[in-house]
Order: sequence, then C-alpha cells, then structure tokens
Amino acid sequence: MSFSVAEVRKDFPIFERTIRDGKRLVYLDSGATAQKPWVVINAESDFYSKHNAAVHRGAHQLAEEATDAYEGAREIVAKFIGGQESEVIFTKSATESINLVAYAMGNALSGNRFALSASDSIVVTEMEHHANLIPWQQLAARTGAQLKWFNVTQDSRLDLSNIDQVITANTKVVAVTHQSNVLGTINPLEAIVKRAHEVGAVVVLDACQSVPHMSVNVVELDVDFLAFSGHKAVGPTGVGVLWGKAELLDELPPFLTGGSMIENVTMTTATWAPVPQKFEAGVPNMAQAVGLGAACKYLSELGMDAVREHEIALTGYALEKMSSIDGIRIVGPLENVARGATVSFTLAEIHPHDIGQYVDSQGVAVRTGHHCAWPLARAMNVPATTRASFYLYNDERDVDALVEALLGAQKYFGRF
Amino acid sequence: MELDSLYQEVILDHYKHPQHKGLNPVYTAQVSHVNTSCGDEITLNLNVENNVITSITWDGQGCSISQASVSMLSDLVTDKTLEQADAIVKSFSELMASKGTAAGDPEVLEDAVVFAGVSKFPGRVKCALLGWMAFKDAAIQSQGESK
Repeated sequence: MSFSVAEVRKDFPIFERTIRDGKRLVYLDSGATAQKPWVVINAESDFYSKHNAAVHRGAHQLAEEATDAYEGAREIVAKFIGGQESEVIFTKSATESINLVAYAMGNALSGNRFALSASDSIVVTEMEHHANLIPWQQLAARTGAQLKWFNVTQDSRLDLSNIDQVITANTKVVAVTHQSNVLGTINPLEAIVKRAHEVGAVVVLDACQSVPHMSVNVVELDVDFLAFSGHKAVGPTGVGVLWGKAELLDELPPFLTGGSMIENVTMTTATWAPVPQKFEAGVPNMAQAVGLGAACKYLSELGMDAVREHEIALTGYALEKMSSIDGIRIVGPLENVARGATVSFTLAEIHPHDIGQYVDSQGVAVRTGHHCAWPLARAMNVPATTRASFYLYNDERDVDALVEALLGAQKYFGRF
Repeated sequence: MELDSLYQEVILDHYKHPQHKGLNPVYTAQVSHVNTSCGDEITLNLNVENNVITSITWDGQGCSISQASVSMLSDLVTDKTLEQADAIVKSFSELMASKGTAAGDPEVLEDAVVFAGVSKFPGRVKCALLGWMAFKDAAIQSQGESK
C-alpha cells in the first residue's frame, strides 16, 4: 500500500480547522508534540465512557475490562518496539522513564550491578535533550561518579574519534539520544553499544524522536533501556514508556514505591512485585496507556518503514528548498543521510522568536528557542534556532508554505 | 495586519538602533537575567547616585521585542529617581498584564506605550519584560548601595 498524506490527514481532526483568520494549518512542530488521529482520541474517550475502573484490582467486570485494555496496550507497545510485554513499563512521560532509571540506579546498594561510586563514570553526549542530560548530571552529583560526554562536530555528528577514552572500564552507563531533537542527526548506535557492552556498561537510549518516525527494534539495537513518550507518537499526553532488558529490570531497584508494586508488606518491610509492576506504583495513567496502544496500532498499520520513507523524501525536499533561501544556516546535517525530518535553522540576523511569530501569522507552526538542549545550542554557536519538524501528515505543500513564510519574514523585518 | 500591532515601527527602530547598549564599567549593581523559554540573556549595569539613576547600560541577545523593550526602558529611567523609575516599571508591568485591554499612560511610559500591542501576544510578554525585570532587580540592589 502506498503512503498517502491526503488519506493520513483525514484521520487527524485538527486539520479540519483553520488558523489565524482562515489560514490552512501548517503544523511543523511534531518534534514537540504530534497531532492525534481519531482512533487515539476515541480509544481514550471509550476507556472513560465504557471501561473505566482501577486496573489490577477490584472484583468486578469493569476492573477486568480496564485491566484487559491496559495490558492489551502493553502487548501492542511491546510488539511495536520488538520487546517482551514484561519488559514494558508505563510511565507518565519519557522524562519520567529516564529519571526512573537514573533514580533507581541511585538507590542501588553496593554489590548491585547498578551501584555507582566516585570511581565510576556516566557518559552522555553534547546533543542530549535536557531530559537525558540533567537526570545523569544529578545522579553523578549524588554518587560522586564522573560525568563524561561525546562532543558534537561542526557537521552535526557525534565525535566518536575518542570513543575508547570516553567509554572506559569505569563506565557504568551510556545515555544517548537515537535522534537529536534539534539537529535531526540519527546517531550511529552500533559503535556506541559495542563499546559500552565491551566494558560492561548499560546503554540508555532516548528514543523520543525515533520511535514515532522509524521502525525501532530493541533486540536489533541491543540497547539495554529505551525511553519514549506517547504524545510524540500520535498518542495521548501523560504516558511514556520505559523498556528494559528483563534481567536488568529484575536487578534494578524500584524508584517510586507504594501500592501495586509490592509482593508482601509488613509494618517495617516490603518485597517487590515482579517487573513490570515493580516499576508501576499507584494507579497508572490507564486511559492514556490505552490511547498509546491505539497510536502504536495506527502507526503499525501505516507501516513504520513507509513513514520513514515518506519522511526521508520530505526531508530531502525541505533541505533543498530551504537551502535556497538567502542567509539561511541549517543547524544540522546538510546531507539527507542518517538524519530525520527535523530541520533547525537560523535566518541571517532575524531572531528565531521573531521568525516564529511571523510564520505563525501565515498559519505555519514552528518551535523557536534552544529546544531544551541548551549545551547543544552553545556548541553549535547559536543562541537559539527555529525548528521545523515534519511528520507523517506533512507534505511538500507544507514545505512550500514554510519557505514562502520565511521569505515573507525577511521582507517584513527588512523594512528598516 | 494583527502582526503590525506587535511590531510597531518604533519597536523595530529601537531593535535596529539599540540605546544604552554596551556595559558601563561603573555601576552600583550588575544583574544577569535569562528568559528560560528561549534562552535570551541580558546583563544590566545600573549606577545610582544620591537616589538618582545616572547610568543604565546593558548587553545581551534576544528578539526584537526584548531588545527594543530594554532599549526604551533605558531611555525612560535615565536621570530619574528610584521612586520615579519604580512607578514607571509598575505602569509598564500593568500594561503587559492587560491582555490587550489597556493603552498605557503616555505621560508615564512615553514611547513605550507601543508595547500595548505585545500584551495581546501572551507568548511575547516575557520577552518585553526581560529587561524590565532585570532593571527592577538592579534597582533593589542599588537602594542600599547608592549614596
């Protein structure tokens, strides 16, 4: 089945509305959050209107239905990323997923493989979103471990030339993004995973910008933990996923404790339920998890390879058209190789916030600023950028609208 | 066009030709503020003598709204007493909180009434206030310092 943007757009009710006095909505901010198809909106709504009950408890039919829907979503998500159901943990966000791993490691006692001390190191990269940087900075600060990182080259790739010096026998964790939320760069995981495993470190993959856009298989990638958010993958807000290898999740201490995550409790002690319940304390975001199940099913039916192919073609078109604008600097790989459909740029002296405001007046939604990756902005020597992030419902018309709006902004701010 | 109420000519003029930009090494207070949502930064040096603002200079980077706003602020408060400056800041803050319903008092704010249009764009109010909040901070610090 060939991929049809026109057909896809019909699934997303938001494209029926107009923006800024009747203009066509050109939504180029899916890197921040994706729009939602009816199947997701309906799945969440149906959960509340037909099946709502607290999962994993309650001796009644609704509780059974709610549990089936919630666990059914877990099964869909596991299949979507090539993992096992028992390895999929629902969180409230990818940020929480990463914090879960970082805080749980901080809870590890001496003797546990995750226990960190001052002689250990944690490795990140300069292109991390704050969500995959600050939890590790904080873990390093709490444990005394050293924080190390890979730099970014001026052509927007990770500098792995010193990989053996950055990832050493002392490294316990390597936390890296699959695809940069600013540059669009897709990182070469194979080399990083190989080196990390050579020294016995675990790899934590921030897959927020990859899982929604390409086929991701945790077994093939051979990473140890993977985090992504539901809302960037056409799913609801308020749900994220942490996937981890079964034997690692078994050994990792819990992060949040309380109801649902226990096996046995006395007044002074508690033992833990098996994974994934061990990491899902409290009543979870059930309707959102069910909505995420619907989202993953929707994406699977479209085919993630088809989505990726569509985005590659669109990125090629965008890079070509945007490069033709006078004074533009694309902050990210210029060649359409190992990159996703996120195109950040600066436009001569016009501040990104002013660009964003102008293109919004033309119906074009972009993001401006440092995109929660401040160290990366500094490394690329830009105070801020404008970011257009494309997705499955965008087409060449949207690129054309962006380019036209940018030319308009140049004219508008060049008045003086 | 709605956009023109935001980008008034006088705003773009101050943006292209910022006033009081470049830090004076003589100051009673130096502050640095940042707009966390976009990364815009400003450093502001304020010199107060006998309760009068004798010098306000700044440096930084930001969008047209933030740069023009601090430029106009600097013009407005130079040679004013701290109390007079405080009244100006209050008046401007009220204007920014007005969501497009106030016009601003030209007696107090002079040219800065053009920022009335900014108050209609909730995403830009922080930009307009960046320099003003830095100034407010510096003024408080200078109260004890000035002789």
